[in-house]
Amino acid sequence: MRKPSIGAILFASIPFLAICFSVSLWDRIDPMILGLPFNFFWLISWLLLTPLCMWGAYRCETARISGRGSPRP
Amino acid sequence: MNPTMVALTIISIIVATGSFIGLYAGTRRKMDLEQWIVGDRGFGMLLVWLLTAGEIYTTFTFLGASGWAYSKGGPVLYILAYQPLTNVVAFFVLPQVWEVARKYRLQTQADFFQVRYNNKYLSAFVALVGIVFIIPYLQLQLTGLGMIVEVASYGAIHRTPAMIVAFMIVAAFVLTSGIRGVAWVSVLKDLLLLFAAVFIGLAIPYIYFGGIGKMFAELVRVRPTHLVMPGATANLGHSWYISTVLLVAVGFYMWPQFFGASFSAKSSDTLRRNAVVMSFYSITVPLMFFVGLAATLILPGLPNGDLSMLTLVRKTFPAWFLGLIGGAGALTAMVPAGVMILTAATLFAKNMCRTILFPQMTDEQVGRLAKISVLVITIAALCSAIYSSTTLVSLLLVGYGGVGQFFPGVILGLYSKRVSTRGIFAGIVTGVLIFIPLMVTKHDPVLGLNAGFIALCCNLIVVAAVSYFKPAEAGGFHEPLHASIGS
Repeated sequence: MRKPSIGAILFASIPFLAICFSVSLWDRIDPMILGLPFNFFWLISWLLLTPLCMWGAYRCETARISGRGSPRP
Repeated sequence: MNPTMVALTIISIIVATGSFIGLYAGTRRKMDLEQWIVGDRGFGMLLVWLLTAGEIYTTFTFLGASGWAYSKGGPVLYILAYQPLTNVVAFFVLPQVWEVARKYRLQTQADFFQVRYNNKYLSAFVALVGIVFIIPYLQLQLTGLGMIVEVASYGAIHRTPAMIVAFMIVAAFVLTSGIRGVAWVSVLKDLLLLFAAVFIGLAIPYIYFGGIGKMFAELVRVRPTHLVMPGATANLGHSWYISTVLLVAVGFYMWPQFFGASFSAKSSDTLRRNAVVMSFYSITVPLMFFVGLAATLILPGLPNGDLSMLTLVRKTFPAWFLGLIGGAGALTAMVPAGVMILTAATLFAKNMCRTILFPQMTDEQVGRLAKISVLVITIAALCSAIYSSTTLVSLLLVGYGGVGQFFPGVILGLYSKRVSTRGIFAGIVTGVLIFIPLMVTKHDPVLGLNAGFIALCCNLIVVAAVSYFKPAEAGGFHEPLHASIGS
């Protein structure tokens, strides 16, 4: 199987950094935004931002596939 | 009509409608093994989305998300974290697996291990581990369903008859319509669940506190520590969070039923696009958290946190609405259970019986044996749900630790030519042997880390070491295969 493109991997690593590894930076109550504690607000916004990152990854992958002029083997 | 009758009528109507859809979905098609287990690989974007959503949102999400928010507080955020990340992982795994599956006509996860590693014992072992961890998951769905129907019918239906009736229905639509039946029942289930989650999640904070913001303001005033990790627990802190989220994110699609359901997609691009948009569906999860958090203020001291959402709904809304929740909850158990039964039955018939015991079985015979296994597995899960206590629920919560051990075999199988069959086999055995004792002796989390995550790390080290010292002579999918898959 061909390895994924660097661009797609970079896009995909953003949600992992934001949601998983950085937990000690955002797991707190203040500042409260839209009435939500900061940790709830942060994770809820990443439900919407993750598809955006993955759309970027999708563009990287499909550009490469169509660039080769033939579908994946 | 008294409230019990109203709730019962609504639950019955919803379950009956769901059953009708499930039975009807397969009536005009010839149900050979290929149609039954992978829907002839013809599902478009919408059906794949519904099937994925139908499988992911099990009774654990429905009751567990509010239950954990109620009893544990902050650590519940891990659910909100792993769901988008599983889709990120799926983007790099499922479309590639689908390509392999189409090329070699794979029907199960164990088939994948068979064609990639060309070892029937590895394939049968993967099938066995898969089934072993599906059974408690199935039992959790049953127990959840029993709880939901019992509370929603104001105690008029006991959990045991509810479980028996519901699972006979599941077995019936699985037998007649296979995966297609399950996908179409998901349509009704997803609509109801979406409506119920949005409505309850917004209405309960509004009715009791005047809004979500005001509810959180009250929580911050009364119990601020409940809102951050480790919440009401002693050992579910940040290192537990990171290790659990990582394990579940990579382990999620290693469940044989989720892995196998992706084969039903029409193209690999369908799966890739599905992985991009799937996270939007998780927006219902925080709404369940809000209900659980509201319950910590309104109904403190419930013995079973998993019942906090239902108890609060029963206290707040009229009978017809409780019936609606009960019906939606029942379907939420039945849809994932259908896929689990289907998968476990096929794994048993095809990858254990045929591969090891009776290699001369034809596809028709495998199909027939799989259908008999559906009944056996349904009855086995029913018996264990009726006669055993809920301690198995804790077994499921770490079930990811079991199926997560497949991850190196899948990801390295796709992208590495150097990884060897021996390495993968040794890795899975190591992972499972480390994980099960930790789990049985209740050493989870251990050293502040998720036990399954530790097992997965050991697994990876073993895979790397064995593959390094005894490298694969030929690897990848491009080598000539003499696999016993398909015909």
